[in-house]
Amino acid sequence: MDLLAEIASGVIDGNDQKVAQVTQQVIEQGKSPKSILDRGLIAGMNVVGERFRVHDIFLPDVLLAARAMYAGMDLLKPLLIKEGIPSLGKVVIGSVRGDLHDIGKNLVGIMLKGAGFEVIDLGNDVPPEKMVQAAQEQDAAVIGMSALLTTTMPVMGEVVDLIKREGLTGQLKTIVGGAPVSADFARDIGADAHGFDAANAVVQVKNLLNVR
Amino acid sequence: MVADGAMGTMLFDRGLGPGTCPESITLSHPETLQQIAQLYLEAGAEIVTTNTFGASPARLSTYGLADKTEVLNEVAVRVVREVVGDRGYVAGSCGPSGKLLEPYGDATPDELYQGFHRQMRSLVAAGVDCVFVETMTDLTEAKLAVQAAKDIAPQIPVAACMTFDPTPKGYYSVMGVSVAAAAAGLAAAGVDAIGSNCGNGSENMIEIAKEFKAATDLPLIIQPNAGMPQTEDGKVVYGETPDYMADVLGQIVTLQVAIIGGCCGTTPKHISAIRTMLDEA
Repeated sequence: MDLLAEIASGVIDGNDQKVAQVTQQVIEQGKSPKSILDRGLIAGMNVVGERFRVHDIFLPDVLLAARAMYAGMDLLKPLLIKEGIPSLGKVVIGSVRGDLHDIGKNLVGIMLKGAGFEVIDLGNDVPPEKMVQAAQEQDAAVIGMSALLTTTMPVMGEVVDLIKREGLTGQLKTIVGGAPVSADFARDIGADAHGFDAANAVVQVKNLLNVR
Repeated sequence: MVADGAMGTMLFDRGLGPGTCPESITLSHPETLQQIAQLYLEAGAEIVTTNTFGASPARLSTYGLADKTEVLNEVAVRVVREVVGDRGYVAGSCGPSGKLLEPYGDATPDELYQGFHRQMRSLVAAGVDCVFVETMTDLTEAKLAVQAAKDIAPQIPVAACMTFDPTPKGYYSVMGVSVAAAAAGLAAAGVDAIGSNCGNGSENMIEIAKEFKAATDLPLIIQPNAGMPQTEDGKVVYGETPDYMADVLGQIVTLQVAIIGGCCGTTPKHISAIRTMLDEA
């Protein structure tokens, strides 16, 4: 197996030590950071994302795969920055004000990072002002909102309205998700996209940013 | 036996604001809990659950209320017992800690056990007739909660419910626990009744009950949602009407489910319809 494929399989197996070790190896061999990222880490997470989508694997496997991916990312990051390799885009994510549930949001963060996006995770219970402010400060093009409680879903509408009031509609796109959040609800509040699960969120964000 | 329906959605309907700790209602508006208990009793529930779903120290600490663990659990039992008396059973509800166990998160099994132990001590001291461990997705965590209850009061019956999602290979929790694995693991932990709550409407819960029946001889308990939440004109509605639910749940008679209750979106009317269905079955 070539070394990049070994990195990918290390991610899939959740073997953070192997991913760190082989990533270090290929870096020292002079492989380009971008190819290590794309054909090693992202390739691995893509398989993980697909297996999770079809219920072949579950949350624990995804969390271990993410940990392995981060082990590789930690070594690559300084090199990617040095070479000026941009991420696919910046996404601000958070569970909306009043909501403390975060497993879904964390999964979306993992999938987006695994796909090559830069993710700014604001955590739970995030007020609309903080989301929009963070997106502007970080120059993020997308805000991803999560809610598990039906009572916190209206806050998503508040974020969309705030973006409109700030004159940022179109520049700053929104995607919403979470167990009780439907595509109809997303449409009703004027969100730009709805992710029905974490893997789908990546597809939707790529669409929003015209990324292949 | 018929257990009561939802607490959370009933509290939302009665003005519980987003971001407010639902367990804090126990101290701020105990009369609301008593009203709800009374309504469920009148609807035909024999088991009334306490407003302690999130009353573990871990969960309460997200609201800065961990130091109120004892009082929130004890008072929740007392206010409901005042209404129930000896007309029914009081079940102490215990939900997930909200933490992920190592290596997926940073919680240790001992940490979670100690938290559940603290909660169970208060529930038992306040006089619950049984314990309902609910909405669990992690098997290790569910077992720790059951063990904590059994270590304190082995004679008090403990029911454990996990939450499952439909997959092509059958029902699994989000942590990858199959119904069969849940049955085996929780039986080993000494549980007295086993089943599922939340996450699904009545049809799926019947399928889950069938999987449990094939996996265990333990008494079964199921508590479906009144369907999945939908938003209509900005309002949240649960699609299954009382009559619909009672109709679909008729199969629990043949499946010999021991305890039937309701979860999110169910109301005293749902419990009443289920009660009537069972009485006429």
